[in-house]
Amino acid sequence: MDTAIEVTGLVVRRGKRTVLDGFDCAVPRGSVTGLLGPSGSGKTTLMRTVVGVQVVASGTVTVLGSPAGAPALRSRIGYLTQAPSIYADLTVRENARYFASLYRLGRDAADAAIETVGLTGAAGQLVANLSGGQRSRASLACAIVSRPEVLVLDEPTVGQDPVLRDELWAHFRRMAADGATVLVSSHVMDEANRCDRLLLIREGVLIADDTPAAVKKAAGSDDLDQAFLNLIRAHEKVAP
Amino acid sequence: MILLSTIRRILTQLRHDPRTIALIVVVPTLLITLIYFMYDGQPRVFDRVALTMLGIFPFIVMFLITSIAMLRERTSGTLERLFTTPVGKMDLLFGYGIAFGGAAAAQAAVAAGFAYGVLDMNAAGGLGLVVLIAVANAVLGVALGLLCSAFARTEFQAVQFMPLVVAPQLLLCGLFVPRERMVGWLQGISDVLPMSYSVQALTEVGAHPDPTGTMWRDLGIVFGAIIIALAVGAATLRRRTH
Repeated sequence: MDTAIEVTGLVVRRGKRTVLDGFDCAVPRGSVTGLLGPSGSGKTTLMRTVVGVQVVASGTVTVLGSPAGAPALRSRIGYLTQAPSIYADLTVRENARYFASLYRLGRDAADAAIETVGLTGAAGQLVANLSGGQRSRASLACAIVSRPEVLVLDEPTVGQDPVLRDELWAHFRRMAADGATVLVSSHVMDEANRCDRLLLIREGVLIADDTPAAVKKAAGSDDLDQAFLNLIRAHEKVAP
Repeated sequence: MILLSTIRRILTQLRHDPRTIALIVVVPTLLITLIYFMYDGQPRVFDRVALTMLGIFPFIVMFLITSIAMLRERTSGTLERLFTTPVGKMDLLFGYGIAFGGAAAAQAAVAAGFAYGVLDMNAAGGLGLVVLIAVANAVLGVALGLLCSAFARTEFQAVQFMPLVVAPQLLLCGLFVPRERMVGWLQGISDVLPMSYSVQALTEVGAHPDPTGTMWRDLGIVFGAIIIALAVGAATLRRRTH
């Protein structure tokens, strides 16, 4: 398997808390990999590490063959933060054009990204005046504007209507089919079924790294919620 | 080019906020008018105070605007996101410096033009030099604002830096008490505060029709302070954070 993201022995401390303690995982190229786990489990920290904005205590994180955060990677990755991080006092179009310009791309790229997230009708509106769901889609547009090879998405579908969520997932699948690597965190277990692989993480520890079908099989349940619960219990028995 | 599009982005943000533009352009002019009436019948005092104020207003306004704008970048997550893109630190620092420096130039030109044209302010040197020094002061405000935003977690804290950074410079720049009449240790402090030099430069413009060596030296010192503040500010911009 061709690996896009490889994490080995990663230790991250925030304040006195050790968020990730000797974390290992690998994300295959051209796949959609779901990062699942309760809030506070270390998902965001892992994503921040992959995009190279997190101070790391030890361990290595390799993205597309370079150390995470290397300057050469900056034009090849896209990052969507959990809270929409775009300029509220600019319109959707102005935001997308600014982020496009950072990759030396023009208006066409910006317009295409806005179209993908279904905001063409609201492109001229100030972000401050958008609904929460629209705002996070505008933020998503800025993350995909450069058609990155590695796309790291922190809870991209929160607060979106079901039809739109379906469209966004179809788009992530299309990007992966075109060779991009998508790492996406989620709370919603039915979204996990649409991933090629799942990373289940709890309290900074990886408790499963497999395809959704294999995870369900190993846990002895067809319901991913139940499967996750079974895995956690099994894990706690092994490592008290 | 990333720097150019960053400048354009910052100016577009400003353009979407007409009230702030109005405040930037109108407030210094109103305050100079206030000073004009305060010193009614004392044109020489007005000349001195107004000239000094033309240098101080842009500093205060740009310090405030920049520290809040940069704090927003830090707290809204846009800064973290920018640091995952090919943006360089210098694109951001110079982006803010040039965009807000341009706004300051407009502000200074309006206020100085009004003081000369309408309020009959007398200065031996030209309007252009006054605006030049005012813009240098404004860019100094931008640089210090960028720096101070690193030490504030909230906008509440950020505005508290204004009295801390501005008040000592205002009190010790020679406007209230001539610097040479201050006790030694106060003079010592005054000597290391950049605004002392910009006020002295403006005083030179007020007294001499042609730019003097002292004026250029003072302007050079202000420029040096800008470079130092930007360099320290760059050090506070970390691509990786905890």
